Amino acid sequence: MLTILFDGIAYGMLLFVLACGLSITLGLMNFVNLAHGAFAMAGGYITVIMMNRYGLSFYWCLPAAFLVTALIGVLLERTLYRRLYKSSHLDQVLFSIGLVFMSIAAVDYFMGGQQQLISLPPELRGRFDFFGVGIGRYRLFIIVLCAALTIALQLALTRTRFGSQLRAAVDDGRVARGLGINVSVVFALTFALGSGLAGLGGALGTEILGLDPNFPLKFLIYFMIVVTVGGTSSITGPFVAALLLGIADVAGKYYVPQAGAFIIYGVMILVLILRPHGLFAREGGR
Amino acid sequence: MTVALETRNLVKRFGGFTATNDVTLSVRQGARHALIGPNGAGKTTLINLLTGVLAPNSGQILLSGEEISRLPTHARVGRGLSRTFQINQLFGDFTPLDSMMLAIGEREGHGGMAWRQLSRDRAVADEAAALLQRFRLADAMGVATTLLPYGKQRLLEIALAIAAKPKVLLLDEPAAGVPEEERHEVLSLVRELPADVTVVLIEHDMDLVFSFADRISVLAQGALFAEGTVAEISKDPQVKAIYLGEDA
Amino acid sequence: MSDKPLSASETAIGLLKRAGRWQIWEIALWLIAIAMIFVLPSKMLILTEITILGLFAVSLDLILGYAGIVSLGHTAFFGLGAYVAGIFARDYFSEPVTGLLVAGVVSGLFGFATSFLVLRGSDLTRLMTTFGVAMLLAELANQAAWLTGGADGLSGVTITPILGLFEFDLWGRNGYIYALVVLMVLTFIARRIVNSPYGLSLKAIKRNPVRAAMLGISPTRRIVAVYTIAAAYAGIAGALLAQTTSFVSPDVLAFHRSADVLLVLVIGGTGYLYGGIFGAIIFTVLRDWLSVITPQYWMFWIGLILIIIVMVGPERITRWQAFLPGSARAERLKARKAAEDVR
Repeated sequence: MLTILFDGIAYGMLLFVLACGLSITLGLMNFVNLAHGAFAMAGGYITVIMMNRYGLSFYWCLPAAFLVTALIGVLLERTLYRRLYKSSHLDQVLFSIGLVFMSIAAVDYFMGGQQQLISLPPELRGRFDFFGVGIGRYRLFIIVLCAALTIALQLALTRTRFGSQLRAAVDDGRVARGLGINVSVVFALTFALGSGLAGLGGALGTEILGLDPNFPLKFLIYFMIVVTVGGTSSITGPFVAALLLGIADVAGKYYVPQAGAFIIYGVMILVLILRPHGLFAREGGR
Repeated sequence: MTVALETRNLVKRFGGFTATNDVTLSVRQGARHALIGPNGAGKTTLINLLTGVLAPNSGQILLSGEEISRLPTHARVGRGLSRTFQINQLFGDFTPLDSMMLAIGEREGHGGMAWRQLSRDRAVADEAAALLQRFRLADAMGVATTLLPYGKQRLLEIALAIAAKPKVLLLDEPAAGVPEEERHEVLSLVRELPADVTVVLIEHDMDLVFSFADRISVLAQGALFAEGTVAEISKDPQVKAIYLGEDA
Repeated sequence: MSDKPLSASETAIGLLKRAGRWQIWEIALWLIAIAMIFVLPSKMLILTEITILGLFAVSLDLILGYAGIVSLGHTAFFGLGAYVAGIFARDYFSEPVTGLLVAGVVSGLFGFATSFLVLRGSDLTRLMTTFGVAMLLAELANQAAWLTGGADGLSGVTITPILGLFEFDLWGRNGYIYALVVLMVLTFIARRIVNSPYGLSLKAIKRNPVRAAMLGISPTRRIVAVYTIAAAYAGIAGALLAQTTSFVSPDVLAFHRSADVLLVLVIGGTGYLYGGIFGAIIFTVLRDWLSVITPQYWMFWIGLILIIIVMVGPERITRWQAFLPGSARAERLKARKAAEDVR
């Protein structure tokens, strides 16, 4: 029972790292980026290639996955995404679906359609018993890492100069511009950060979530649930939503394997009806 | 005296800011009532409350004695309230004819008819044509709205509100943005409105207010500051101080 | 035209009639579709596919092009219709027209029941709820294997002759005629609806909801109605697929179908009904061609096409319609000239 809770928290933390970039792009740029999962997939495949082809350590793969996907993110932002900030949501949806399709086919072409496996370093494998609760070492690793990331992110957004520029740009782009903030650069950096985090999440999730070319579509709904249920006005909302989703999904799959997915979709639809701006949206927020 | 439109202790707050502060207003049927006040006095908020775009925090709105404060916009329109917008709210690539067919058809309750063809709606089409002619839009009835000159678009904006055959018509700066040479056309049409229609006019142009209105309410900082006939208001030194003085 | 100047109401009636009049290209399109029965007897299956996809896209156009609702899960209704028709034929009654009607009614009711989800909220909430509904149905079809055959699909569907008269032949000739007749009938109905006062009010709600409300239009009922009609249309399209192939695969509820139909509509252009049909022709031919060149990776090219369309701008892509004589766009060009005269 507590083990399930623990696994659920780990899963939720992972979902948060995967989805928080989406929450930022949606909240900041008002961009519906359905291709967010493609960045996560990129991170996953970078890890697989580095570990299985070049035998590099898993610990090196994590920062590499972050940096490379961040780079891909910034490249795409500068060349393509940027042009669509002012477009209709329909255009953004079509564009990002196109990107998803391309990434799926491309990965399938280069890597094949099979599930990718990595072998974790020995110290992260297995479980140990802690007062009768089975604790998976790797899941503990994920929780610690993601918690640290979350705290760092929260501090970065609230305490640093970049964070305040970002919040200013979110609240009112025009005013921010008037204050001499280079909104375009802030957007690009944020997009890079969001993509990088997705990449890192993808790298971390290879073991838990599985990795094959359909990853961006398979997990799209989870990312979107985190963001829509959590709201986009802060990162606390998506964080709580991700934890709830993670726990509910793990518990659902364990206790009621047939109904698990229904419960999750059903709850999402219900929340969206009752609170169209997310469970934790500020009053009058977006 | 029959009261057409009435508000009682109307209050609207946005966070800590009170945009409409305890406004009690009564507009006689058939009146030409002007609502004036400096920028930020809460005129547009008041209109939005009247039409149901915003919900008041407290207070009541009555149309011909019937409480309408909780009704959605379209239901208020159905009861005889209509408005124009300060910034044109038109239908892009609709032609003036489309727009009038829509407005008149909706008033007649044809909007749910999915099987009747528009061209068979003769009575509506005739009325649309007549109204377009009255508003000097007959020549342009088949042209997409966005392609019309601004003055014509402004006329369409007003014609749409009139097409609903309202009991009470709220005009939000009807001549705003209209070039000087087309202005008199807009204003003369406003003056020609039937006498039984109650008109509430929001306007900055004092010449227009004084020539058009028979009663004036002055709003300042969300509250009703003064009310009276044109003669009274134009002489009121305090009104001059807060409003006219600012203009001069 | 006569020399005598027309009165304003005569002009008005004339303009309204012209908007609803059959255009040459419309008639030509249907004649060509009919001629295909004799011209391309070997291509009946792909033509049927185009017809069904076209109907599906027309149904999406009703909600996207006319009511302005972006849906990421329109295939929920398509898939539901397919399963209903398949199960109905397998377990109850195998005459296809009856099955079609049943599927249409069930999908329509489902559309009615879920329409309140798209009434409120932003584009994003609509995307999510429509997407969620489709996922929910897909999961349901997958789990309820006793009814739907689960992941293996619904087989054992036998379809008896249409109205007891026309049998589905091996070459798909009668199948194509059947699908084409359904498409024609439903397009005619849709055409009438969009040219009615109700259709006008839908377009108005899409263009300017604030003003529409200020004309006394309550958007709720109008949107519920069109969503219901569109759902029934999609259900009928799904039923056609089930009946002409005698099989329903869980793929009918897959996300890529919702995405495909969006792409189809965007290629053909939204808001004039025929966009779905033109789009279906282009899309299917393109996909066929691409999957011959790169059998496994045509998804890549579809994705690329989507991105290019968005980057270039859908308006520019669909500008070719201007060359259809008497098309809406040609009319608009004419109107632009007229506007300059007014000035």
